[in-house]
Amino acid sequence: MNQVPTFPLLAAGQLAARQHGTLTTCPYCGVGCGVRATVGGDGQVDIAGDESHASNAGRLCVKGSALGETVDLEGRLLHPQMLVENDGRQSMQRVSWDAALDKVAHGFRSIVEQHGPDAVALYVSGQLLTEDYYIANKLMKGYIGSANIDTNSRLCMSSAVAGHKRAFGADLVPVCYEDLELADLVVLVGSNTAWCHPILFQRIARIKETRPQMKLVVIDPRRTATCELADLHLPLKAGSDVWLFNGLLSFLARHDAADAGFVEAHTNGLAAALEAAEADCADLAAVAKSCKLDPQDLLTFYEWFAANEKVVTAFSQGVNQSSSGTDKVNSIINCHLLTGRIGKEGMGPFSITGQPNAMGGREVGGLANMLAAHMELDNHRHRQTVQDFWQAPRMAERPGLKAVDLFQAIEAGRVKAVWIIATNPVVSLPDADQVQRALAKCELVVVSDIIEKTDTNAFAHVLLPAMGWGEKDGTVTSSERRISRQRAFLPAPGEARADWQILCQVAQRMGYAGFDFSAAHQVFDEHARLSAFRNGDAFGLRRMFNLAGLSGLGQAAFDALQPVQWPIVTTASGEKQGTARLFADGRFAHADGKARFVATVPRAPRHATDSEYPLSLNTGRVRDQWHTMTRTGKSPKLADHVPESFVDMHPQDALLYGVREGMLARVASRWGSMVARVQHGGGIARGSIFVPIHWNGQSASDARVGALVNPVVDPVSGEPEFKHTPVLVEEFRVAWYGFVLSRRLPMLDDVTHWTRIQGRRFNRYELAGRSPIADHGAWAASLLDVDVADADWLEYQDASAGIYRAVHVVDDRIDACVFLSPRPDLPSRAWLASLFAKDRLEDADRVGLLLGQPIAKGADTGPTVCSCFGVGRNTICTAVRAEGLNTVAQVTACLKAGGNCGSCVPEIKKLLTEILAEETA
Amino acid sequence: MTAGAPSVSKKPALAVIGNGMAGMRTVEELLKLAPDLYDITVFGAEPHGNYNRILLSPLLAGDKSMDDIMLNTPEWYRQHGITLHAGDPVTGIDRQRRIVRSRAGVELRYDRLLLATGSKPFIIPVPGHQLPGVIAFRDIQDVETMLAAARDHRHAVVIGGGLLGLEAANGLLRQGMDVTVVHVMDSLMERQLDKSAAILLKKALEQKGLRFLLNAQTAEIVGAGQVTAVRFKDGTEIPADLVVMTVGVRPNIELAQQAGLHCERAIVVDDTLQTYDPRIYAVGECVQHRMATFGLVAPIWDQARVCGAHLAGAGHRRYVQQATATKLKVTGVDLYSAGDFIGGEGSEDLVLRDPRRGVYKRLVINGPHIVGAVLYGDVKDGPWYFEMIQRRTDISALRSQLLFGQALCAQAA
Repeated sequence: MNQVPTFPLLAAGQLAARQHGTLTTCPYCGVGCGVRATVGGDGQVDIAGDESHASNAGRLCVKGSALGETVDLEGRLLHPQMLVENDGRQSMQRVSWDAALDKVAHGFRSIVEQHGPDAVALYVSGQLLTEDYYIANKLMKGYIGSANIDTNSRLCMSSAVAGHKRAFGADLVPVCYEDLELADLVVLVGSNTAWCHPILFQRIARIKETRPQMKLVVIDPRRTATCELADLHLPLKAGSDVWLFNGLLSFLARHDAADAGFVEAHTNGLAAALEAAEADCADLAAVAKSCKLDPQDLLTFYEWFAANEKVVTAFSQGVNQSSSGTDKVNSIINCHLLTGRIGKEGMGPFSITGQPNAMGGREVGGLANMLAAHMELDNHRHRQTVQDFWQAPRMAERPGLKAVDLFQAIEAGRVKAVWIIATNPVVSLPDADQVQRALAKCELVVVSDIIEKTDTNAFAHVLLPAMGWGEKDGTVTSSERRISRQRAFLPAPGEARADWQILCQVAQRMGYAGFDFSAAHQVFDEHARLSAFRNGDAFGLRRMFNLAGLSGLGQAAFDALQPVQWPIVTTASGEKQGTARLFADGRFAHADGKARFVATVPRAPRHATDSEYPLSLNTGRVRDQWHTMTRTGKSPKLADHVPESFVDMHPQDALLYGVREGMLARVASRWGSMVARVQHGGGIARGSIFVPIHWNGQSASDARVGALVNPVVDPVSGEPEFKHTPVLVEEFRVAWYGFVLSRRLPMLDDVTHWTRIQGRRFNRYELAGRSPIADHGAWAASLLDVDVADADWLEYQDASAGIYRAVHVVDDRIDACVFLSPRPDLPSRAWLASLFAKDRLEDADRVGLLLGQPIAKGADTGPTVCSCFGVGRNTICTAVRAEGLNTVAQVTACLKAGGNCGSCVPEIKKLLTEILAEETA
Repeated sequence: MTAGAPSVSKKPALAVIGNGMAGMRTVEELLKLAPDLYDITVFGAEPHGNYNRILLSPLLAGDKSMDDIMLNTPEWYRQHGITLHAGDPVTGIDRQRRIVRSRAGVELRYDRLLLATGSKPFIIPVPGHQLPGVIAFRDIQDVETMLAAARDHRHAVVIGGGLLGLEAANGLLRQGMDVTVVHVMDSLMERQLDKSAAILLKKALEQKGLRFLLNAQTAEIVGAGQVTAVRFKDGTEIPADLVVMTVGVRPNIELAQQAGLHCERAIVVDDTLQTYDPRIYAVGECVQHRMATFGLVAPIWDQARVCGAHLAGAGHRRYVQQATATKLKVTGVDLYSAGDFIGGEGSEDLVLRDPRRGVYKRLVINGPHIVGAVLYGDVKDGPWYFEMIQRRTDISALRSQLLFGQALCAQAA
């Protein structure tokens, strides 16, 4: 085959980057913020918000702002690798692209030949660009002939997709971000927007300042940072959303908030839905009981909803990640249909997606139960249409395996080859240990990634180096259907290639025509044309997903593409026009053009807690980390906010189960277990706990919460129940706690538990050990690999108290330190960490080393609150007390904290309230 | 013949055996309370007035002169009507007849007797230990011998790497000699310092020019009529024109034993410094009080106060042992130790080491109290720790910061 030329775009891209920066899109959440990336002469990447981008108008959250710290090449996978056996020992070894591609192509082809197309699968990712996604989907569904392509979006918003399809006839998001600002009532359901979609939250917050009468209701079992801004927080019992919204539906019906005209003209199925709702949710008190809510609060919410025409109900994983996720979505949509609050400014149900391109994946149909371009697998006319367009030899005929089923099929040996692209299922899937078992058994595991060492790569037979953000080039779609360009501003490192390219090259090696693309815009063009192909009433195949207006873009036009919301049509005057809102005309995508009410019968989470596993595990994100940390884990700036995994629980539960804040606890379910530090965040009710999803085998010894999560899925969407797993919490007994800060890697052999945290010019390790340490000095020296005899080695020891501290200084620079104690009562790491930035320790510093704090008071800023300006908790508290600050604005004016991305504003608010409370007390 | 106090006097007679610091301080305390109570006669082995033995090291090092270290001049004795027999040691006590007899044949009848015979340096009885040029470091005579040797000889060997030995070695070094310190243990001042601190000290002293032989077992002192070398058990030999033995002292109790006074390691006294003979008191390095013997000056001053009071008949004071502190008197080396820095059953150590900065600190904790401290390199907090030792301050709350000094703990408090 003819090699694809190596990225003609890059030279131009880099050039632009060095001059006035490259406009691109953030690779994190589904908000899809515009980013201006400028590569400095020193190769440093300067990141700023893109003022011209409709999503963020120049603002960026902490994660976005720190993107510059994540583009270095440390830990990158730069060359193809293959598992090679020599003298009986297998090891990954560097191979040529040809060898790797041949291996993949031959492996897949022979398995398909022997066992049929359903014996192979792709497991891809919402972090892929639309172009990558399109090729992957085309290869599987049109050529290999199986729908065994699923994606981590299955874990994220497939319930929203299913809900949309049931209600609207297609996966359509009716609203746009602006509606959050135009609404009089914003309801956030199962969404810690402040942390997970900070820029959207900032937009809501700013509007709320100008329009205080605008109401914000947060529905979440936890009191999250998002609640700091809420007029009403409903801490409902996990999984009880359908009771809540069924109750609302019946309340609205009985308080004649219904829009009879709209219901009549544009919907079906109200009677059944209402009947289901009335069944056990007609009585507000009963609903309050089922949801464990204060009836008065519940009534307030219902009344507000009834009273406000302009209401947006935005929902995320708290709704989707449930065994009744699809019903939850529909129970929400039902309320908007009943009141006709959809398709107009400032109203509608709004699925806020968690990934940069979950939407793009949905558009290309890159899920096992979709075909392509919003067409359905089980619709033969759709299949015919796509086949004709692709000239595809072998179309998939039936839905493929969804994520959880897929890995079970792999373990069962029904699927013998899997190609995992840009995702880390060994960490992120439920029952993650099962995923390990499956991959260990699998005949051929291919992984495309940008990072060399991940929990998933450990099982790969072939590793393919992909281009990362800043290197790859294409499009992503945000939660509001806005297609934006991700543009390259860095050269491809090593031998890395674009995912669409790698896929094409394998496809070609498998002997398939139709993959002869030489640039991303060609792929996008095909995708756009497919969306328009036989699209319209004339063909009886009307699809709202239509990129007709974007078809035929050449390289230049593609590069110049401005962010635009689909559907996109070319107006008479020839200009491309996007669409802010859908259903303005009241026409939906079902054959009859009407929306459907769905009768939703409330179901509790599949597995109830019991005496053995008495607590309900909830999982989610923290503010400054992303997914499995392969990118954000590189940023010292992001590491400070929440340095290690934790189990947030109610103090009384801690007492009950014999664990204490700051100590380690083992959390276990029927499926697996992990270890994390106990924390009382103050936002969690008795009977439930929260553990973040990010930490994994690379960042900690035993912190994969995925291993615990029950592999229970929603019957319609196949989305796993991440928000509820019965677990137990018990003491994780250790003989000592400690931490290490070191410029080098310590030897962790006899450490029972560790978490690695990226620091600026050092690695931080939080440690704990089971086996008591006999000779602390010798132990520390070997841990840090220091020959104490002729080293500048400082020690502090209180032997009988089991306290030991040592610091290694090299050429007057701090090189490493280790602090040990039988209790987790170790000094703050902040000041010690700051010393690693110094090329010379002053004597004053040296005196404080073993104390872990400067002998001169006040220099310890405490844990970082504002990552942007690196403002610590102590600094803020001191300033608030000293200057008598009362508002966040004053704090910002005084310390800059909260002035940039604003992600920490809720925490500053909380601090202010706490200090005020203690002062008035 | 009988001599001493005027025969006409009706005052009771107080005989003092030992013209050292302990004896004279006791007399001074007595005179404060009862200037005219006794006829006082003092016998001293050394032919001087009373001087400050602690300052022998600076005298040797040339930092002080004889005049600097004199405490009581002959003039002082005269003023207070004290008969001084300097250079005439007592050779016997007859408790039945209450008479002391001196080498010169002076016989004195006493009503009260004060024993302040101090201690004797221990001389290892190796072959050659009696050769000229083998001395201890105890009195002015020793210092003069050393100064003389320093004038026309080069090689000095100090046997014993304790506090006194190092001060002697430093002094001889300052006098231009080429000094080797021979120590039987593997680290210096093992009673005060643990290994790492001892290493710091050794380095510092080596930089000053001292040489050290550790784990060295002296087999013989070689020489015919005069010391020429020291030979060790391993057969090796180093040249020596002068050998100073500083391997410890023994309470000087022969007289007391001959007199049949109850002695154990030293003369046993009660809380009033009274021996088993009600007419006889004892103070200083020759006494054993509640199992303890004494080598530092602070407790001896206390004893003098108590004993003086009892001799004066103001019998209300009791001697109570206090923690003590000491400093190594070697210029340029900061070493401070206080209290029970050895520790033992039930005691706990706080240790801080910063060899590069030449700092070592160890606090010995017992229950909620500091009982001992050893500071090397950075001794500024010594007095603070010492004060807390003496006051038995409860340090539980400060424990984690204690070693980082008074300044920090003041902040924290």
